[in-house]
Amino acid sequence: MSVIIGLEIHLQVTSSKTKLFCSCSADYRNSPPNRNVCPICLGLPGVLPKPNRYVIEKAVQLALALGSKISDRLVFMRKHYFYPDLPKGYQISQYTMGRYSAVAYGGSLEIFVKGRRKIVRIRRINIEEDPAKIIYPEKDPWKSPYTLIDYNRSGIPLLEIATEPDLSDAEEAVSFVEKLLELADHLNITDPSLEGSFRIDANISIEGGERVEVKNIGSLKDLEKAINYEIIRQKRILETGGKVVRETRHWDDIRGVTVSARHKEFEEEYKYMPEPDIPPLEIDHSYIEKIRSLMPELPWVMRERFIKQYGLTDYEAGVLVSRKWLAKYFEDIARIYNKPDKIADLLINDFLGKINERGGRFDLVRARPEQIAELLDLLDKKVISIKILKEILDKIVFDGEDPKKIISEKGLTVISEDEYLEELAEKVIRENPKAVEDVKKNPKAINYLVGQVMKLTRGRADPEKINVIIRRKLGLLR
Amino acid sequence: MRRGASIYRQAQIFRENPSEALEEVYKVYENIEKKENILKAYITLRPLEDVLKDVRKSLESKKPLSGILIAVKDNISTEGIRTTCASKILENYVPPYDATIINRIKSSGGVIIGKTNLDEFAMGSTTETSFFGITRNPWNIDHVPGGSSGGSAVAVSAYMAHMALGTDTGGSIRNPASYTGIVGYKPTYGFVSRYGIIAYASSLDQAGPMTRDVLDAAFLMDIISGKDPMDPTTIDHGIESFSREIERIDPGYLRGRRIVLIRELWEGADRDVVSTVSGYIDKLMSEGLEVIERSFPEIIYSLSAYYVIATAEASSNLARYQGILYGLSEDPSNKSWTEYMAKIRGEGFGREVKKRIVLGSHVLSAAYYDQYYLKALKMRRILRRGLEEILKDADAIATPTTPTTAPRIGEIRKDPYIMYLADMETVTANLIGGPAISIPAGFINGLPIGIQFFSLPGKDLEILRIARASELKTGLHDILST
Repeated sequence: MSVIIGLEIHLQVTSSKTKLFCSCSADYRNSPPNRNVCPICLGLPGVLPKPNRYVIEKAVQLALALGSKISDRLVFMRKHYFYPDLPKGYQISQYTMGRYSAVAYGGSLEIFVKGRRKIVRIRRINIEEDPAKIIYPEKDPWKSPYTLIDYNRSGIPLLEIATEPDLSDAEEAVSFVEKLLELADHLNITDPSLEGSFRIDANISIEGGERVEVKNIGSLKDLEKAINYEIIRQKRILETGGKVVRETRHWDDIRGVTVSARHKEFEEEYKYMPEPDIPPLEIDHSYIEKIRSLMPELPWVMRERFIKQYGLTDYEAGVLVSRKWLAKYFEDIARIYNKPDKIADLLINDFLGKINERGGRFDLVRARPEQIAELLDLLDKKVISIKILKEILDKIVFDGEDPKKIISEKGLTVISEDEYLEELAEKVIRENPKAVEDVKKNPKAINYLVGQVMKLTRGRADPEKINVIIRRKLGLLR
Repeated sequence: MRRGASIYRQAQIFRENPSEALEEVYKVYENIEKKENILKAYITLRPLEDVLKDVRKSLESKKPLSGILIAVKDNISTEGIRTTCASKILENYVPPYDATIINRIKSSGGVIIGKTNLDEFAMGSTTETSFFGITRNPWNIDHVPGGSSGGSAVAVSAYMAHMALGTDTGGSIRNPASYTGIVGYKPTYGFVSRYGIIAYASSLDQAGPMTRDVLDAAFLMDIISGKDPMDPTTIDHGIESFSREIERIDPGYLRGRRIVLIRELWEGADRDVVSTVSGYIDKLMSEGLEVIERSFPEIIYSLSAYYVIATAEASSNLARYQGILYGLSEDPSNKSWTEYMAKIRGEGFGREVKKRIVLGSHVLSAAYYDQYYLKALKMRRILRRGLEEILKDADAIATPTTPTTAPRIGEIRKDPYIMYLADMETVTANLIGGPAISIPAGFINGLPIGIQFFSLPGKDLEILRIARASELKTGLHDILST
């Protein structure tokens, strides 16, 4: 029984300064409830929407990157339904109907799963506004004695990307969304690390059954779980001779199940109507060309370049390019420090782990690229060992402290600096005349002296280096 | 104030002699004291002391509207003054912001005297569907003042304000202007910002002046019109000063102007109305105005197209009244969202509003969309093209503003079909987005009747000039008492 999956991904345009139709900030996350609002996004009587040009530009950019066909007229539509998160009783969105169209149609995105490439076709791209946020004090709506509404999110710009039903399992779906988020990140549309910056609806059907729409999926992990849950649920129904009904189901991320929301035997009645408050906007060729000329390097192009220019592996290039910030950071360091493989190694194996521990938030990084370059340089010169590097990485990355400063403050700096090690070696030689005698008879006994120096450095020095220094001092080497 | 004086001229006097302005404020409030009990033009009237304070301050600043009292239809948002749309659902709603046109009036020295009565959510042509009760016609209190801007019309007609603002979706400025003997002007769609005007049908709504004469209408346009960044549907009209353009017009302007009478728009009017308005046109012809008659059979579908589009947009615009953020509300305990909203909307809206919401929802539903809404949009394009053709070699179209004089109270509200017919002359201008003006054309049995001039979008000065020349020629601009 083959599985057919199509996705609708809602991306918040987190890079926008303002909401889609008013001048409230699009950065609503740090605002106390219902403070990031104005008459327009509250839908007070008499207000009118004022479309945000930046968002239109971003939608066109995304369409160009996906190879979609851009409509020559931008028209907004009103989608009506009664729900307390919708203060106007309608959402300003886009819809395909007669002379009215979405911002773009068609295009595709390539994913790479289980060792093979797959082209996922895009159906369309819409611009729309985010509704307010409903908060149930007990999380479970049925157990909550009351409901709260936070309008800070009301009117946040969204791009809705709908795919054709080209995906056949959870892994492909996750891979597609990852790839789309990577693109949105590189185009400076969406910061995927921000809570709630993307939401997914998945249309899932099994050969011979009806299509079920699962809404409210808020993360890649949930996407995987929701799809797998739904496939098993539908298969079980079919296997026991039942019929899957066409419906909308809600992903309950707490219990990890999909719950029936409403039956969908008929097309829902949204009473679509062209938005009379926003005149249609012509999107002409020169506008599109202007935006095309301002396009940043696309992630798949950048990835190939990283492989070629820096000699990275496919894997390394892939990880570094997965986030625009990381790719830029890598290149900034590579401009100062010329061993890209070492940078990649540090960023992927040590640095990224620390970022991920903090929810993938690059905005917390305080270390300038020069500081990372310096750190790698100290490692090269064996001033510090890899062990020390790992110990002090946190302070450098998140407090922006200078590597040299930490090392000296902690008494680490001198540890393997030749001069200091020589001092220590001389001290050990002076204080252990007997052992020195032993060495002269039997060079293997040098290990005792090396051990003594190591002890003074609390094990932080390079024993090979100490060995050489002591041998020189004792005239065994020149 | 002298009978027949333009507020435009009065404003100049006020600037030179502020004490004159204060006298007029007292005069207006005296009229209100005498008549408002019966006429009921206002839903919310500001106390004399507050208004005097504002007037004094405005006179110091010597601005164009200093000392001028403006009555505002109660569907235009005024910060700190409740704005009800004559509906129970907004009975106690106080907007936290001013509509753009209120902003402009205030910063030009104008003083808001109060908020006037209207048909609930501007749906009607009699001002009888208001939650706050009916408004009466000052020319005969057994008759309606027209609507939906009935309160504003009466405030101007009975000199209970110097000028007024109305809104016009299918004739709501012109209809009551016709019934109460004043000037009502609906500008080209997009000339006046709609920001803060509580929407009935967004693609048709337009605010405009309701005044004692055409010069005043132009004067008020100087203040309220122009592109507004808060309303993307506004356009730059490029007219520096409406009033200066109109001030220099005399009856001689009519010579060589050409107006069109569209047969179908005269056939539905009462015989008395046709003869009075024709007689008026005869007078203009004696000044050299040329008149041609044309037929445009499709125009009779304007009314149907209008009611489809207006109700569709209304059903959408009125979806926001849910009893959550503002307006009528109650304890939501033990109710689902759907139950709660249904209860609030059920109790908050009146019959006419509910009827239009249901109609509008029906024509927008997927199954009927093509059959109604799409056809109505097509009709709009046919009208526009047809009128462009007809107006190729003419300046304006002339019709009676209303097919009858003001009906008796209660007479037509019983029969919605007759009530909707009252809009037959006026809706076309809204559908094509063009300017339209109604000016007094005479009396029938003591009740005023208006003549309407309308034209294609952008032709505002053309119709204002013809209207100004006409009122000067016929002398009907000084019928109002002070």
